[in-house]
Amino acid sequence: MSELIHTRIWDETPDPRSPFLGQNVRLYGYDYYGDLLARARWVDMLWLLFTGEAPSTEQATLLERLAVALANPGPRDPSVHAAMCGGVGGSPPAASLVAALAVASGDHGGAGELHRAMSAWENTGEDLDRVTDALTEHADDTGMWPGFSPLSRHTAQSVLECLASLGRTSLARRLTWLHQRESSLSDAAGCGLSLTGVAAAALADLGMSPEQGEALFLLLRLPGTLAHAMEQSGKSHKQFPFFALNDTTRSDGT
Amino acid sequence: MSRIDPKDYEARIGQVTTRLGGFFPGHSARVRGHDLHEFAVDKRWFDLYLFSLTGRQFAEREVDLLEALWTYTSYPDPRIWNNRVAALAGSSRASAALGIGAAIAVTDADIYGLGPCLAAFDFIGEHVADTDETLLQAATTKLRRERRLGGYGRPVVAEDERIAPTLAKARALGLADGPHVRTAFRLEALLAEGRWRMRMNYAALCSAIHLDIGVTRDDYECILATIFLGGMPPVWKEHNQEPAGGLFPIPVNALKYDGQIPRPWPSESVHPEN
Repeated sequence: MSELIHTRIWDETPDPRSPFLGQNVRLYGYDYYGDLLARARWVDMLWLLFTGEAPSTEQATLLERLAVALANPGPRDPSVHAAMCGGVGGSPPAASLVAALAVASGDHGGAGELHRAMSAWENTGEDLDRVTDALTEHADDTGMWPGFSPLSRHTAQSVLECLASLGRTSLARRLTWLHQRESSLSDAAGCGLSLTGVAAAALADLGMSPEQGEALFLLLRLPGTLAHAMEQSGKSHKQFPFFALNDTTRSDGT
Repeated sequence: MSRIDPKDYEARIGQVTTRLGGFFPGHSARVRGHDLHEFAVDKRWFDLYLFSLTGRQFAEREVDLLEALWTYTSYPDPRIWNNRVAALAGSSRASAALGIGAAIAVTDADIYGLGPCLAAFDFIGEHVADTDETLLQAATTKLRRERRLGGYGRPVVAEDERIAPTLAKARALGLADGPHVRTAFRLEALLAEGRWRMRMNYAALCSAIHLDIGVTRDDYECILATIFLGGMPPVWKEHNQEPAGGLFPIPVNALKYDGQIPRPWPSESVHPEN
């Protein structure tokens, strides 16, 4: 068993004053607290950390737009709902983040579904039949295509606005194609396109692998989950739904 | 599973329908049609856990063996990867709930934990009726394709010290001779004879026992999520009581960098000020 941590990401040199002090830290070869801190933006760092390279201006622009679009899925999203359950009960922010991440990893509306959607986008080109075949191949066990929401037959206006906005960036290819064919695809799916589907197309346009996309998707949704959790932590639990329970094993049906 | 119509989602607004029971404030709690506090008055926790999860009331010897499978893999060793998360959380003064919860999450792993156990469950379940020849062929095909076979081989050492006591317990309870356990051992013997030289590990025996007792895959996945739990709270506690940050401090020279040589940040990535 190795006693060393092997890494291609982090490099530093020892400081003779202590074995736990490092200096000259580099990320993928870039001077972290010199060059990067002075010149890189948050979105550049994200790109660097997940790809190992600096982004082009076009890549950074699309990733930043996507990060804004995903930053807050809103309080009706199950992952945000989970985080708010942490907040409303007075759990610490870390617990709310763990709650959000667990739900956001899921195969319905989460990173698992995004992974399937990105896998469907890989090598499909722009032929409608090939895309629908790929989406069918990566459907869930109910036949639901990844990137589409079973909750409604229609695509939400906000999703269309997001698709249009991201589609105006210079790297948009699948995004543009998806925007043009959203209506026919939604009809074929029997349900509306979701933000997860838009994110999958954007991440595919960025050249991310499904694994890279999954990681970024998990990360980029967290700011809003935490904000909503913190908002609930300042409110009474009586202002948060507890919902009705219908226990079918009870003779009175309540 | 069939797809539900958007209208069916609308019918679910504001309520949950369940057969599991629930909490009726100030009145009672119910579990699968029973009043929890009456039903569980003479039950141990593991009985109720299994009943609540599966809806089945297992024979006492089955409960004994299923609980033993948790006991025999409760290792309070802070080096094991999932336990290490709990121990690092304790050493970093994070809460027990977060540390242990995260350690459980990390158990959802590929090379140990849920991955090999579920793979073994699927493989042994699928091939329980195979002849030796077909069984070995299926294992060989899987090994050639995936380079691993859940339940056989082990990341740290080849021997698995949990096998003998588990088997002894199963024998004592008369549960060591089911078709899935026999298949697990048949496969070990077949693999030992060939080029693979892989020994059976806990994942195969644990999975085979659950299969013989008739635990479903979904139920087994839930069981596996916490089957390693026993080792986690003690390592969180011990390192929470040790000096803060004292667990596995990592010096600079413990890092082996094998990446890009130093390079300048490209000027293209400099963005105009907002």
